[in-house]
Amino acid sequence: MTDPDLCLEACDLSVRYGGRPAVSGVGLQARRGRILAIVGPSGCGKSTVLACFNRLHDLNPACDLRGSIRLDGQEILRSGLDVLALRRRVGLIVQRPNPLPLSIGRNLTFPLRHHGMGRRADRQDAARQAMQRVGLWEEVKDRLGRPASELSGGQQQRLCLARALVLEPEVLLLDEPCSALDPLASAVVEELVASLRGSVTILIVTHNLAQARRLADDVAVFWNRDGVGYLEEQGSADAVFAAPRSPITAAYLAGARG
Amino acid sequence: MASSGAACFDRAIDTALALLAWLVALLVVGTIGWIVADLLRQGLPRLSWAFLVELPIDAGRSGGIRPILISTLLILGVCLAVSVPIGLATALFLAEFQRGHRGFGPLVRYSLDTLAGVPSIVFGLFGNAFFSITLGLGFSILSGGLTLACMVLPLLIRSMETALRAVPAEHRLAAAALGLPQRVSLLHIVLPAAAPGLAVGLILGIGRALAETAALLFTSGYVDRLPGSLLDSGRALSVHIFDLAMNVPGGASQAAATALVLVALVLLINGFTGWAAQRWLGSLSSAAL
Repeated sequence: MTDPDLCLEACDLSVRYGGRPAVSGVGLQARRGRILAIVGPSGCGKSTVLACFNRLHDLNPACDLRGSIRLDGQEILRSGLDVLALRRRVGLIVQRPNPLPLSIGRNLTFPLRHHGMGRRADRQDAARQAMQRVGLWEEVKDRLGRPASELSGGQQQRLCLARALVLEPEVLLLDEPCSALDPLASAVVEELVASLRGSVTILIVTHNLAQARRLADDVAVFWNRDGVGYLEEQGSADAVFAAPRSPITAAYLAGARG
Repeated sequence: MASSGAACFDRAIDTALALLAWLVALLVVGTIGWIVADLLRQGLPRLSWAFLVELPIDAGRSGGIRPILISTLLILGVCLAVSVPIGLATALFLAEFQRGHRGFGPLVRYSLDTLAGVPSIVFGLFGNAFFSITLGLGFSILSGGLTLACMVLPLLIRSMETALRAVPAEHRLAAAALGLPQRVSLLHIVLPAAAPGLAVGLILGIGRALAETAALLFTSGYVDRLPGSLLDSGRALSVHIFDLAMNVPGGASQAAATALVLVALVLLINGFTGWAAQRWLGSLSSAAL
């Protein structure tokens, strides 16, 4: 019954903060190993929806999720789900790089250790490979013991990406990962995201339509009606960019609205 | 011309204000300098190793302060052994589990702020009635330490809560997004990151405990013998200073010397606490992998 190509699927997803609706009726599909770009103007609930996929809203008791989200066909909004295990499978990168207040190396080995990788040598190997994957290893290999806060913004963001990758997630949620970075660092991170195509399912929220055009296999356009966010249109990037069905999407993509 | 006159006036006001600010700052430093200089002038000639390790003679007019120093450290030890675990646990509860403006948290905070404003002599009365009489601990180091613990708890909890709240929410979010349980993120990320702030709270608490006289007068008592156990009465440094200055004619210079020891003790403990917190914080980022 479930489409094996479908990795993540939200059905009729609604989010309320303290009783006030923020997002309603979202149905979203992310295909395995593809990059889904989520675009739309500010305040239409893009980031809110993104954080549903690893149940980060659980941290906020005023937040109420309704609807259904299935990861590989398994419902993840049900109570009793092992949320910690879910978050290991679904990584999150936020707008402002948020390295833990640890050394560069421990930012990667610390989560590994608490996820049960007992041998120190294994953790060090995994950390090195993850840092090589994001092109950080050569830059930091001689100062792994230094605080991660000493890295530049772009390096910090790549460290956060490596920290997510080291746990070998199936899905990566990227919430405007480049918007706090300078253009050069932003290009590096964007290339990195493109290079992950095929190995990880990626959902990326971005304000940057050019970036969405360059990266996305599929696009979801969010909009808001009376302050409540909803999904206006979604489809393959080629189709949505070339021939949007909705006039709102067309105006937004042409730069006339939003 | 009128505009240049106004400019002159503005400049004069600025200069006067700057001068005033300097003057006030000087006054503050001067006051502290005066106190320390006075203590040094009177007390330094009396200060020696023998003063620290000898027993007091003739109601403290001569001899040393050994039993008083030991009693003080014991009282402080009891106070911290009780107040730090309770304080840290309550601060964690308030900062991590009761962040909102509703529920049990605000009630706890309100109670603590009220308690923090209660004069120490009231804590002394309470300690005397509860620990000394009801629990039958009598005039003892244990009663005194427990009374001090009640007194410093509000201060300790509120400053530790502030320190925990000052840890950026991003750290907690990052840890949660990595699938780390709250226990791990609290123990390994939040607490070490808050260490310097926690140390400040601890230092404030220790300072308040060491300075306390009134509450100890009728809980730990003022016997200047060497205490044999925690159930013995013991005289704290602050009580000794009070006694020498008020009740013992000719005790002024001994009181000043004791005060110097007290100030040195506070500075020493503060220095050590700050150093230990920095080390703990440093241990976060030192290990390479």
